[in-house]
Amino acid sequence: MLETLALVKDAGPGIGSPIGSPVDPPRDIAPADNVKPMVMLQDVTLKYGEMLALDRTTMSINPSEFIAVVGPSGCGKSTLMKLVTGLLPPTSGHIIFDGFHVDGPVKGAGMAFQNATLLPWRTTLANVMLPLEIVQPYKGKIRSHRAEMEAKAKTLLDVVGLGEFGDRQPWQLSGGMQQRANLCRALVHEPKLMMLDEPFAALDAFTKEDLWEVLQALWMRQRFTAILVTHDLREAVYLADTVYVMSNRPGHIVRRCTVPFPRPRTPAMTFDPAFTELVNELRALIAAVRSSK
Amino acid sequence: MMQSVVKYGRPWLITLLLLLVWELAVRAFHIPEFVLPTPTRIAETTWQFRQHLMLHAWQTLMTTLVGFFFAIVVGILLGVAIGSSSAVYDSLYPLLIGFNSIPKVAVVPLIVMWCGIGTVPAIITAFIISFFPIVVNVATGLASVEPEMKDVLRVLGASRYEVLTKVGIPRSLPYLFASLKVAITLAFIGSVVSETIASNDGIGFLMLSASSRFQVALIFAGVIIIAIMSILMFLVCVYAERKLVGWAFRGQPT
Repeated sequence: MLETLALVKDAGPGIGSPIGSPVDPPRDIAPADNVKPMVMLQDVTLKYGEMLALDRTTMSINPSEFIAVVGPSGCGKSTLMKLVTGLLPPTSGHIIFDGFHVDGPVKGAGMAFQNATLLPWRTTLANVMLPLEIVQPYKGKIRSHRAEMEAKAKTLLDVVGLGEFGDRQPWQLSGGMQQRANLCRALVHEPKLMMLDEPFAALDAFTKEDLWEVLQALWMRQRFTAILVTHDLREAVYLADTVYVMSNRPGHIVRRCTVPFPRPRTPAMTFDPAFTELVNELRALIAAVRSSK
Repeated sequence: MMQSVVKYGRPWLITLLLLLVWELAVRAFHIPEFVLPTPTRIAETTWQFRQHLMLHAWQTLMTTLVGFFFAIVVGILLGVAIGSSSAVYDSLYPLLIGFNSIPKVAVVPLIVMWCGIGTVPAIITAFIISFFPIVVNVATGLASVEPEMKDVLRVLGASRYEVLTKVGIPRSLPYLFASLKVAITLAFIGSVVSETIASNDGIGFLMLSASSRFQVALIFAGVIIIAIMSILMFLVCVYAERKLVGWAFRGQPT
């Protein structure tokens, strides 16, 4: 468990040391031969008008892999989310999701943002059930199998500790509870892909760490492929199997780090020297990227 | 209990006081009836002409409600079209603003030329004066849907229609009801103005003919009846709002 240094070396030479410009591309980007990646980006570039937001980004994410993308603000992390889900077409390059070329919004992915965006006219349970009214095959069965679907949503609310709050209105829940419900809504239809755009950024430190555990529990239960965009390096290391570091705008990936810690990870582990060391290395790397403007 | 009696009793008390001051002032300063009749004289006249008043009030209420109904239908359809498509927004919105800036009274003679006098121009006037706030509010409500929520739904594979029905329309309902409260009072203005200009029925007509015979108390009776109808319809809108979009008034008892 404490062989961080060895694994960090595996992630590429010279992590934490000053990096040259242009930054050397990530080395071990190709997936293992026997696994078909769930998400693949090949030389993806995005321009907003003249402005280059994302520059020749290549990534490969395995099924059930939990990745985190960290980087200085404005480096195009959220742009990356929109590209993977097909909400934005890339200027050039290819994006492949589950074996198919992405050329429009993907169908059935789960998404959670900093803002929980629960619908105030629905109860918490009805909010969680929203995807079941939209995504097939649930959509076709929701009328005939209502009880079954409700049970499914209730089970999920139980997992995140909201079992008794299903019939509350969203505004009767605290911020942390709303975000728990939001995670349930994003996962109730058992998506293959879960996109998390700074979902815990607005929460206080204690609530945040509770929710790391909740999210990990959900992941271990459903084993979806997850892409987490975050500013919080501890969060990234706690949750992810692989952390990608992005550079300043134009964003591209400067480093890929494998996180070695076994699961389930516990809040106590975040005080482990190996954990702290990895976080500090990532911090140094981002500091270097920021100053290399 | 006592507190709520005080709270809801206060407006009535103020109204009573106002009427009292009015009554006393008219009597004290010997104001002639054709300038300002006393409240008691108005009440007396109202009772005396009650059948006439009821008949004309019913006519005004019906034309107003029919015009208001069309305003709701057209307002929602236009509002949804404008709020959910930027192409429709760009092409229609300037036109609507231009149309809304025309004083509707100025259009009544035109409507009379096309439709004759009576009920039809009153309905049309009530409609054109009251649909605009509905359009604007429904469109604004649709525009207030969070972009994140739209992304969540699109990535689930929701169609535009589903985004509209699951989020857009419920989200814009509080805006719709806010506009209905404005629109119903406007609709009364529209129908009464049209009746005053071109009709042989309705409170507007009654008031015009009363004024030509210097029956000032009857004019006041008409004014008060319009006010009562307008307030009642306003309350109906408030009630519907509380029933249908109570979630927008979180924490308040409904």
